[in-house]
Amino acid sequence: MKHSVEAARPLNLSRRGFLAGTGALVLSVSVPMGSARVQAQQATPAAAGTRIEAFLEILPDSTVKFRSAFVEGGQGIYTAMAQIVGEELDVEPANFHVETAPPGPDYLLIGGQMRFTGGSMSVRTSYDAMRKLGASARAMLLEAAAAELSVPVSELTTEPGKVVHAASGRSLAYGDLAEAASALPVPETVELKAREDFRYIGKPEKRVDVLAKSTGKAQYAIDLKVDGMLYAAVQHAGRLGQKPVSLTNEAEVAAMPGVHSLHKLKGAVAVVADSWWRARRAVETLEVEWAEAGEGTPFVMPADYSTAAHMEKLKTTEGEGLAFESEGDAAAALASATRKVSAVYDAPPLVHGQLEPPSALARWNGDGTLELWLPNQAPEMFQADAAKIAGVTPDKVIIHSPMLGGFFGRHFLYAAASPYPQAIALSKAVGKPVKVLWSREEEFLRDAQRPMGVARFEAALDDAGQPVALSAVTVGEGPIGRWFGRQPDKVDSSTVEGIAGKPYAIANRRVGNILVEDPMVIGFWRSVGHSMNDFFYETFFDEMADAGEQDPFELRMKLLEASPRHNTLLQAVGDLSGGWKRGPFEAEDGSRRARGVAMASPFGSEVATIAEVSLEDGEVVVHDVWVAIDPGSIVNPAIIESQVNSAVALGLSSALLEGVTYVDGMPEARNYDLYPILSPERMPKVHVTIVESGAPMGGIGEPGLPGVPPAVVNAVAALTGTRIRSLPLSKHDLTAKG
Amino acid sequence: MQLNINGAMQQVDVEPDTPLLWVLRDTLGMTGTKYGCGLAQCGACTVLVDGVATRTCVTPVEAVEGSEITTIEAIGNDPVGRKVVEAWVDNQVPQCGYCQSGQVMAATSLLKETPNPTEEDIAAAMTNLCRCGTYNAISAAVRQAAEA
Ligand code: FES
Ligand code: FES
Repeated sequence: MKHSVEAARPLNLSRRGFLAGTGALVLSVSVPMGSARVQAQQATPAAAGTRIEAFLEILPDSTVKFRSAFVEGGQGIYTAMAQIVGEELDVEPANFHVETAPPGPDYLLIGGQMRFTGGSMSVRTSYDAMRKLGASARAMLLEAAAAELSVPVSELTTEPGKVVHAASGRSLAYGDLAEAASALPVPETVELKAREDFRYIGKPEKRVDVLAKSTGKAQYAIDLKVDGMLYAAVQHAGRLGQKPVSLTNEAEVAAMPGVHSLHKLKGAVAVVADSWWRARRAVETLEVEWAEAGEGTPFVMPADYSTAAHMEKLKTTEGEGLAFESEGDAAAALASATRKVSAVYDAPPLVHGQLEPPSALARWNGDGTLELWLPNQAPEMFQADAAKIAGVTPDKVIIHSPMLGGFFGRHFLYAAASPYPQAIALSKAVGKPVKVLWSREEEFLRDAQRPMGVARFEAALDDAGQPVALSAVTVGEGPIGRWFGRQPDKVDSSTVEGIAGKPYAIANRRVGNILVEDPMVIGFWRSVGHSMNDFFYETFFDEMADAGEQDPFELRMKLLEASPRHNTLLQAVGDLSGGWKRGPFEAEDGSRRARGVAMASPFGSEVATIAEVSLEDGEVVVHDVWVAIDPGSIVNPAIIESQVNSAVALGLSSALLEGVTYVDGMPEARNYDLYPILSPERMPKVHVTIVESGAPMGGIGEPGLPGVPPAVVNAVAALTGTRIRSLPLSKHDLTAKG
Repeated sequence: MQLNINGAMQQVDVEPDTPLLWVLRDTLGMTGTKYGCGLAQCGACTVLVDGVATRTCVTPVEAVEGSEITTIEAIGNDPVGRKVVEAWVDNQVPQCGYCQSGQVMAATSLLKETPNPTEEDIAAAMTNLCRCGTYNAISAAVRQAAEA
């Protein structure tokens, strides 16, 4: 997810520094979070990311317990944190035990005021602060060792996990120094390591969670259990806004095995039972009478809503919309042009389809606190919302953020898209802890979906076949405007990102958006607007190239002449693929194949992608995907390669197979049977090269995705001569085209 | 009902048509086996029943009475399972990890049956879904485990 420019401002650490005068900032060997001492310190709030004890605990065996501001959900952030902090602290990443930090001001690392795990922001927003934190802790350990050994600090060095006095051959383990170090003041300035001395940063360090995840030991929200806990399953109203009125077979269901109680909730009914299966069976047996939403209810799904009709509405909404990006005079250039190209593109809504269905475990404690275990990408936001729902103050809500079984934007705060309000209500009603789990079917009904989108393009070419003007209008709604406040005179960047902000030298450009509200609950989906907009733009780019009789790779090169960073990257992906060739050509196995290329500039990184495809029985087969990615500078090349593989898989899945369809206000697919996602046999080989241009650090989790759909569809056009302007590919019959 | 799970007999008191998945997870607290779809689509719930990879979300518990059930919790007790886990770690396969118990069980079943699988054997056996797209790492790990 992206957010405002204001919040994306890089951390200014030199300005922030460590607060002097708070005295006993300590390495937390014995001070638990929330103790009187910690709270006393919070009276003079330290800047986010500076209080060592909020993050680090050095254990007696010299391993480190680390509280990460960011949630782990497969992107490797726990490992990246261990590398970054371990680098400066001088502890091997493998000796970190990482968990997600509770809510609190210490962890608002994004612009010093926000925390969420998304927008491929985690490393780039915390890198400097986390290095400084590690370096400060190391300096304190050195000081403690100097006192202990009665030698000057200047004679001491560290090796992983210990302080060494080379002159006398003595050394002290961090675990033995932690207590003394914790009594020392935090140094006001620390020196960070020089890049060439890095041992862990920039290296393909092993991930810290791989063994646990390979042996079933990693625990997700769905796996958690507390004493006395009951299980709940729900049946949601078919359409959001509807309310349960009566339960017609209540007595029958109440008598089913294991059933504890039946409940009417907001927009749902629930059964609490002694196991989830019994609860589910009972709740699905329940016959419910639903009433339509009352006047003024927000987020109502209309009974006559269909994705086909809404798509038609987007396509037929005329106009130029509000401008987001303007350069030169596109309208005038188009009006006077003799060679023009135009096209309309569209993409469907998508579900996240993360493999772990949502759950929430709620427990009301004797001291009036409410404890919640739930999948989430933003602990403070969920804490605030849970407090409102529960009628308590936020400090009474304890949030646990377990490992996520995939997220891709699924676990932000959206309306009616998470089970924790149900868990809060049910645990209150039954006076016991309750874990609510949504079946896959309920999840497909209430997921906050990637909105559908439409883009209209018009371009003018000069006599040489070069584009000189481009006008693009997207039609639809984006998730930033929906959930972070819309300004009537401003375009929501998530509706145009990937069409705006392109690096090509086209003199006259205009990119705008026409807002058409979407009745669906829409959300952030891996790469957000880029997930479809780069498909729209980069395939239209090839249409411009074809119209001007230019090779699409060469035309990109030409229009990027003035931008060495993009030029280098495009060259890099060309080289990685063995030199650009569009085809069609015959592959070694005798199949006819072609290649497509696309570029994208998502989340602070730059990406160039090439895909090679063939047709088999009218279906597109993607054989290889080559990706050159330039995130400026890097922390872990192995994780980057995994994340690019992952992003390629999801991008390809969306290009080939995915699309949510609604009829009569209800989704047609409620599980993977009718909403297929990429299966192993469709996975292409993925080749990755990393270019470190030294530009400011960009994101990693999302950027590999946007280039995939256009590269694939451009390859399909080269192979078949057919331009596909509407995803997914599976709905087009390409038989006899190959 | 008596179930033989990871070499130990377990007494469970559930309806006979309860899916084995929920007996493992909720009745016995063995949460390494995951729920993804409940429809035999994803494979997150895979365990071995008499050595064969089985999707437990659609397997009534009464159907496996008297069978030997092996779950991810006991993967380390099986020499093939140990090789598979080692290959998983060497190839750094998991991302979110949620599908990986099922993937490891599917791979273990394959290699117990077919110690030297062809690419086709691997494709036919490794059909579990992974939303994180770890498929290339999975096939590399299966090949490594087969050669180990
Ligand atoms: S949960 Fe059993 S196959 Fe998906
Ligand atoms: S590792 Fe996330 S679903 Fe496979």
